[in-house]
Amino acid sequence: MATLTATAVATRPAPKPKKRHPRDILNWIAVHAVALALGVGFALPIVFVVLTAFMSDQQALTSDLWPRSWHPENFLTVFEKAPMLEYFGNSLLYSILATAGMLLSSIPAAYALARLRFRGSNLIFMLVIAAMMLPPQVVAVPIYSMWANLHLTGTLWPLVVPYFLGDAFSIFLLRQFFVTVPQDYFDAARMDGCNEFQMLYRVLVPMTKPGLAAAGLFTFLYTWNDYFGPLLYVGEKQDSWTLSVALASFRGMHQVQWNLTMAATVLVLVPVIVLFLFAQKSFVKGITFTGVKG
Amino acid sequence: MTATLLGSADAPAASVPSTGRARRRGRHRKWVLLFLAPWAAGMVLFFGYPLLATVYFSFTNYDGLNTADFVGLRNYVFMFTSDPLVKAAAYNTLWLVVVLTVGRLAFAMGVAQILTKVRNGSGFLRALCYLPSLAPPVAATLTFVFLFNPGTGPVNTILGWLGINGPLWFNDPNLSKPSLTLLTLWGSGELMIIILAAMLDVPGDLYEAADLDGAGPWMKFRKITLPSIAPVLLYGVVNSIIFALQYFTQAVVAGSVASGSADAVGNSKLIGYPDNSTLTFPVWMYNEGFRSYHMGYASAMAVLLFIVSFAFTAILIRQLRAGKAEAS
Repeated sequence: MATLTATAVATRPAPKPKKRHPRDILNWIAVHAVALALGVGFALPIVFVVLTAFMSDQQALTSDLWPRSWHPENFLTVFEKAPMLEYFGNSLLYSILATAGMLLSSIPAAYALARLRFRGSNLIFMLVIAAMMLPPQVVAVPIYSMWANLHLTGTLWPLVVPYFLGDAFSIFLLRQFFVTVPQDYFDAARMDGCNEFQMLYRVLVPMTKPGLAAAGLFTFLYTWNDYFGPLLYVGEKQDSWTLSVALASFRGMHQVQWNLTMAATVLVLVPVIVLFLFAQKSFVKGITFTGVKG
Repeated sequence: MTATLLGSADAPAASVPSTGRARRRGRHRKWVLLFLAPWAAGMVLFFGYPLLATVYFSFTNYDGLNTADFVGLRNYVFMFTSDPLVKAAAYNTLWLVVVLTVGRLAFAMGVAQILTKVRNGSGFLRALCYLPSLAPPVAATLTFVFLFNPGTGPVNTILGWLGINGPLWFNDPNLSKPSLTLLTLWGSGELMIIILAAMLDVPGDLYEAADLDGAGPWMKFRKITLPSIAPVLLYGVVNSIIFALQYFTQAVVAGSVASGSADAVGNSKLIGYPDNSTLTFPVWMYNEGFRSYHMGYASAMAVLLFIVSFAFTAILIRQLRAGKAEAS
């Protein structure tokens, strides 16, 4: 986990280890006590969820915080109560196709915005920002009607297809990464007779892998976490539910006790946590680029 | 190197030599068209057309199946004068815009400030603060509804140990929005990291100079930190406002799960439970458009949502333009 320190968010150099005043020591204690409380505060919700997920049905009806006996079979019971594997598959399909589509369509667009000078490029950049900030509900009615006319509501197509036609947030993020590549590399490639397409795939893509990873991760995570889209298009069709939709209705549909609902919650959280542990560098780099760096 | 979002829009201009620009522009044209073609198609299909169509539908009576009948301003008149629930929905969304924006900014700044001072275990702590913001909103909402459930929830259990009779949280109309606020603060790690990065970019000698002048911590924060991170804060404010304006998932899930009557689609019959206190503007719009099939009316609500959200986006775009003008 220590990598978070070492990447985009570098710590200020520590003060030189000269003799410590008592005031400094008190200060250290105060800061670290608050920090410890913060850490505990952020972690506790998940800890309680995990503990409850292991409780027996009877104990889940009590206000106990610690399982008297551990029931890992709860996680298997979740799969019996609801076809979670199918929902998992639907979520995975949505996220993978959307991420692939985003990369195919948004890398060239971001390249054009970042490296090619052409009339109207500023206007296009502003349009990308406007699209990025648009609440999805604003355009939901006509887009829904469009898909209904094509008889594609109830499938994942309405969720996936837009990503093959450019995703505003990803274009913005990729552009922020692309403008940091020094012009010399492109000049050299041009001398070697590369055309724009070759420059994109031979120079830019290999040089901005962290940016591509960040954009891919964000798209994957956004679609994995999405609830409004799947609710709108596949809410009425249970076979096509994603994990988010299934989880939202789990408690009402399957039982009142919290233990199985919390076990299902853990199952939805685990892939996200694993993804974070493997790629936290890209995540942190990505978010600092959206707001800060250019 | 660390240009802000607001100042960075012009970065490529400096890196392109100005000689032969016209020649290059001509050679680029086909590539620009090729690279932007998918984006342009998406922009027309999923932004331009639906935006215009929403405005058109807002003047019609439309159920999604039959042709839309033109009814003039009737949807707008109904929205502003007769709909008993749209006022509650607008109030709830306004409440969230104000409280979530102020709360997120203040909380994220406070945590980031502490994180800059932590010397031991800071990497682990940053990971802990950031991780909840990645949690799927549905899972995070279930987590909080469970934590705060009045009967057996850990929060009220712990309050009970301290001799405090815990409130009803998500089941109390006065506390449901504050409970959603706590959930949102728990998930504001992204903003914390953005602000933290900006704070760490402030040159250390500015603080040393202020120390020599005998400035206190508050003075240093106000005179050095705040102005230095202002552009990032502006981005954070606009981002938070747009986030609050489209607040949907957490409100729907919290309402339906806390009411205990979640039906198959996670969409409670008791929408906005308790007492319409979680009925946000987008939730009511969704209900009108896609549950009751009053799509014309939902479009009128969408137009209002668009006008308000675009006003804030325009602030950001104006800043971008100002940054460009300054750079060139």
